[in-house]
Amino acid sequence: MTTTTAPAARANRRARSGTGSRQLTGGDKATLAVMVAVPTLIQLLLVWLPMVLSIVLSFMKWNALKLSDVKPVGMSNYAFVVQDYPPFWPAVAHNVIWLLFLACVATPIGLLLAVLLDQQIKGTRIYQSVFFVPVMLSLPLVGIIWQLMYARNEGFINNVLGTANTAGAIDWFGDSQINLWAALIAATWRHAGYIMVLYLAGLKGVDPSLREAAAVDGASPVQTFFRVVFPAMKPINIVVVVITVIEALRAFDIVYIINRGTNGLELIGALVVQNLVGEGQVIGIGSALAVMLLLVALVPITIYLTRTFGAED
Amino acid sequence: MPDRLSTSGLVANSLSRRSLLGVAGGVALAGLAGCTGTTTPAAPSAGSGSAAAGGQTVTVGSGSSDDVPKRAYQAVYDAYAKKSGNIVKVNTVPHNDFQNNINSYLQGSPDMAFTWFAGYRMRYYAAKGLATPMDEAWATVGSNFGEGLAKAATGDDGKKYLMPMYNYPWGYFYRKSFWAAKGYTVPVTFDDLKTLCAKMKSDGIIPIAFADKDGWPAMGTFDYINMRLNGYQFHVDLCAHKESWDQPKVKAIFDNWKSVLEFQDPNALGATWQEAAQMLGQKKAGMYLLGSFVTQQFTDKAVLDDIDFFPFPSMAVEGQDAVEAPIDGLMLSSKAAGNATAIDLMKFLGTPEAQDIYFSIDSSNLPVAKGSDLSKLSPLNKKCADTIAGAKFISQFFDRDALPAMANNVMIPALQNFIKTGTVDTANLEAQAKALYASQ
Repeated sequence: MTTTTAPAARANRRARSGTGSRQLTGGDKATLAVMVAVPTLIQLLLVWLPMVLSIVLSFMKWNALKLSDVKPVGMSNYAFVVQDYPPFWPAVAHNVIWLLFLACVATPIGLLLAVLLDQQIKGTRIYQSVFFVPVMLSLPLVGIIWQLMYARNEGFINNVLGTANTAGAIDWFGDSQINLWAALIAATWRHAGYIMVLYLAGLKGVDPSLREAAAVDGASPVQTFFRVVFPAMKPINIVVVVITVIEALRAFDIVYIINRGTNGLELIGALVVQNLVGEGQVIGIGSALAVMLLLVALVPITIYLTRTFGAED
Repeated sequence: MPDRLSTSGLVANSLSRRSLLGVAGGVALAGLAGCTGTTTPAAPSAGSGSAAAGGQTVTVGSGSSDDVPKRAYQAVYDAYAKKSGNIVKVNTVPHNDFQNNINSYLQGSPDMAFTWFAGYRMRYYAAKGLATPMDEAWATVGSNFGEGLAKAATGDDGKKYLMPMYNYPWGYFYRKSFWAAKGYTVPVTFDDLKTLCAKMKSDGIIPIAFADKDGWPAMGTFDYINMRLNGYQFHVDLCAHKESWDQPKVKAIFDNWKSVLEFQDPNALGATWQEAAQMLGQKKAGMYLLGSFVTQQFTDKAVLDDIDFFPFPSMAVEGQDAVEAPIDGLMLSSKAAGNATAIDLMKFLGTPEAQDIYFSIDSSNLPVAKGSDLSKLSPLNKKCADTIAGAKFISQFFDRDALPAMANNVMIPALQNFIKTGTVDTANLEAQAKALYASQ
């Protein structure tokens, strides 16, 4: 018996060692389970649960006191936002302007900065740091900096124009015809630095032999960039597009420090904060605004995810 | 997020704090809560750590985080601790955080007493059972307060929920010397005001300094025109949405306001009240309707001494009966139910003695208890105090008298738009008010 079983056992052992990398011990399984479970739980707790609760609350009215005070109201929060809430439609328009401005002005500036700084110019690292600084500054500091630029009588711009302390001083923050553009310039100041860093990384990743080949074929530097280098950065381009769209949708901080997003600076993000946080809290309406923002944001996110994961398949 | 405050370590459940302390080293129960940086116990003496020896502990949550009021309150608590032998533990939270988190604070683990203000939100939390009445304290010290203050401290159920500490009036501030030089006189009626404004405008100065970048200062003008036209009770009812916004009485407020809109600083929407105060100080503007805290901006003593005050002119039969004078004070949370020490502290706060101590440190606010030593008041403060004392009705400012969402989310954009365009959609105001008040 033992002689007959010996080869079988050996074969068995061989088979097992062949599949050994797929056979997990109890400890491995436990580790894996923890590694999957913990992020999943965090994701559920911090992302999915609040999102689902927001959606549920957007169909309720609640004074944020007792859970028993939660009352279903159907679509009335949405109806209120769309029909009766005056800042809503201006906010939608401003978000669209914000998106177009970031896409057509801020992002190209970031790309331009990246291309310029990617040349072997002297002190390129210093310039890179300088342009990236706005991305890292804290919000109150950003507020102070732009207050110094835009203030009516003390501000840099009005003093350079010579209009400070006169009736003709431009009221950059208070005039609802222009304060959105003033805020957009401040937003560009941050956004361009962010995009620049992304493109700098992208440009470093482009195979130098591509440029050399283009040069050998007699392409001009401009042709080389637009026909060869830029298409070669496709993954970065997609990331940049998505970031630009998301930044435009969630834009809120700069207008919030200027005047809390009123008087010509309404943005959906600021309205969500106004209605969900602090004294003006109206849970149902704030949630409805947040859900609407979520639905719009899902479009670029979905496109982005299908693109990235589609490419892998 | 019921524990938002406690996670920052500023306000901890007293039970869990005690058990924590017990585990940590068997520290005696009452008091020595030096575990959080902002906790400032006012103990009668350093040795009285145990409840048996030193008396009872009362906890106070305070939003008075600015240096001067904070020190002023602390001095009052110290005086109480000394007098009664009880211990007052104060948890100070930055002003804005305290106000924004009040919902979760009151439902979570509040302190026994907390700083708050009179108005709709006092009555709201009282009606929701999140505050404890203090009629017992009012029975003792109630005679120290005038009718207006007593009314402002009363909840919907007729019980008293607030112990007033101080207030400050809203009115027009101006520079005496400037007006004397130009020959301007204090307007008594709204028509006088308009005549004066026209004269100032022809003299090349901005008649009325105005700033509304932050949104709330314009509510002062709205409140006053409303109360002068429609009376105090209408103001209260409108703020509580017992009156409709879509009616001629409300339209009349805006119509009258519109007649002085051209006299206000046209750059108001980009300016803060501090900037507008500078316009007044520099004699670029003739007068400024604001709370008496405007004087904080005049650091030059010569300018400060030159500032004078007059109440909002009369418009209709209502005269000048009502004054806008927000009252700050202390309330008791649900935690203080049946707690005699908390009531005892309230009794002390309502005495002229306590309010004198407060005023000796924070002189930008006015003590409200009768018998307070008013001899130290500056002539301007004296005038402010007399105006309040002579008022039949004391309103609390729109954002305190109304639902906060109505004030913040509806009125701020509506008033800013009115300042810009001179138009207002009262039907839309009513539609928004209906939805917001129903959601509470």
